[in-house]
Amino acid sequence: MGMTITEKILAAHADKEFVEPGEIVDCRIDLAMANDITAPLSLEEFEKAGAKKVFDTGKVVFVLDHFTPNKDILSAENCKKIREFSIKHGIVNFFEGGQCGIEHALLPEKGLVVAGDVVIGADSHTCTYGALGAFSTGMGSTDITYGMVTGRIWFKVPESIKFHCYGEWGKWVTGKELILHILGMIGVDGALYGAMEYTGDAINALSMDSRFSIANMAIEAGAKNGIFHVDEKTTAFMKEHAARPYTVYESDAGAKYKQVYEIDVSKVGFTVACPSLPSNAKDAGELGNIDIDQVVIGSCTNGRMEDLEMAATILKGKKVAKHVRCIIIPATPAIYGEAMRRGYFQIFLDAGCIISPPTCGPCLGGHMGILAKGEKAVATTNRNFIGRMGHPESEVYLAGPAVAAATAIRGKISRPEEAI
Amino acid sequence: MILKGRIWKFGDNIDTDIIIPAKYLAHTDPKVLSQHCMEPLAPDFPKKVKPGDIIVSGTNFGCGSSREHAPLAIGGLGIGLIIAKTFARIFYRNAFNKGIALLEADIYDLVDDGDEIEVDISKGIIHCRGKEIHAKPIPPFMVELINEGGLINHLKKKLEG
Repeated sequence: MGMTITEKILAAHADKEFVEPGEIVDCRIDLAMANDITAPLSLEEFEKAGAKKVFDTGKVVFVLDHFTPNKDILSAENCKKIREFSIKHGIVNFFEGGQCGIEHALLPEKGLVVAGDVVIGADSHTCTYGALGAFSTGMGSTDITYGMVTGRIWFKVPESIKFHCYGEWGKWVTGKELILHILGMIGVDGALYGAMEYTGDAINALSMDSRFSIANMAIEAGAKNGIFHVDEKTTAFMKEHAARPYTVYESDAGAKYKQVYEIDVSKVGFTVACPSLPSNAKDAGELGNIDIDQVVIGSCTNGRMEDLEMAATILKGKKVAKHVRCIIIPATPAIYGEAMRRGYFQIFLDAGCIISPPTCGPCLGGHMGILAKGEKAVATTNRNFIGRMGHPESEVYLAGPAVAAATAIRGKISRPEEAI
Repeated sequence: MILKGRIWKFGDNIDTDIIIPAKYLAHTDPKVLSQHCMEPLAPDFPKKVKPGDIIVSGTNFGCGSSREHAPLAIGGLGIGLIIAKTFARIFYRNAFNKGIALLEADIYDLVDDGDEIEVDISKGIIHCRGKEIHAKPIPPFMVELINEGGLINHLKKKLEG
């Protein structure tokens, strides 16, 4: 019987020939990660378990990206605890300050994840690395402690759902619009416990940045992971960023899928997810006049070069509408530097944007861009739950980078061509 | 284990930002976190709820973030059981790891907020409004883990062994 990529990776890490959906497997892990809000709980559990060391100082990663630069004393204390733990245990990949970026943009860029890996992270968007052909998933702090100490973790093998995508992409339409479109189709529990596998010519045509965006939001459909086939773009990315060897797995012809969706991407428009669920998808063109107070372009979903490039192209020579705060957050120091070298910063500053240091910040209502009661934001982030970016009566519309930039210029939700 | 308690109803897709808003995530103390549990939706909930009460919800309870602060906040109120049609997967693992039992059963439309129900957690039998409802059995692997005292106790034994 055939297996999917997800099943093959899990089988290999459980030292088994064959696994099937529903089976509980005990797997070796290649990486365990936690951040400044989830690591403190992991370290408490580490103490409770009486653990003395981590399984591999090179395979435990801490990224202090959520409430940093430290937003208050408590956040600073948490970062201090993680720093002290990292020094004591010789953690190689401890990222803070000017070395730190948003975890799910940073880890692939640092070459810490490659195809065929099993990665667990105490952050739900750990599923992002599926874009590299790795199995990666989010878990709670306690599970991460178990992984950090033993180098292993249990999984229930997920059923796979295939998304076969074909057709020509419209101008300015990216992976973000596709994943919002898919969430609109299947709902926020449409892939509950499952693996979302992407194939087809339209997927091959996508940049790595767009693939990261799509894999990133698998959790928004309730999925365990999102996964992509490795092609020449994936191998080029890994060659540029990683020194480790990688393993390429392909789904067998006879692999079983719970469901197969066929998607013509030429029909994917400027999808926007309206408050207060990522599945509440509409086209930007059918929303009417919705005045916006804030635009956020950034996050682990859309803070990469492709996103900043689109924003810069649209914002060049334009001004952000009066009374709109447009916050641009390059996801990592490397992206920040490259955006600066390409002259995007001048474009953003001339347009009246705010350029933020890399941080998760406003995406989860942490800091650096919180909404007041009744305010509305368009964000390239991943969640628009009630109160996600601030006051419970504020609202977030999720969009791709082009819609976000166009909205900043016009002050109301807009399609890119309306702003150029 | 038999539990008798008042139920608090919450609808579908109760996400972790509702269960505990991110602005409180620098805290790790369940007592502190619990005071903000369900704040965006029901700010009075922590004041009204009593230890031993039960949450009843619809589909996809606990969707969103991996924050373990969510089950900690619920547990900090003395709530030890949630009954929902379905649970989001990260929350499912986290709740069991933090000592909160979850039962998958479709009782949302059968009960009213404030009803008292009786639940045999180990057997997964729910008595409400004169009816006996059988929840989906807890997977044997999870039962084993619970019997061992949870994942961290399992780890502790492993390290001592």
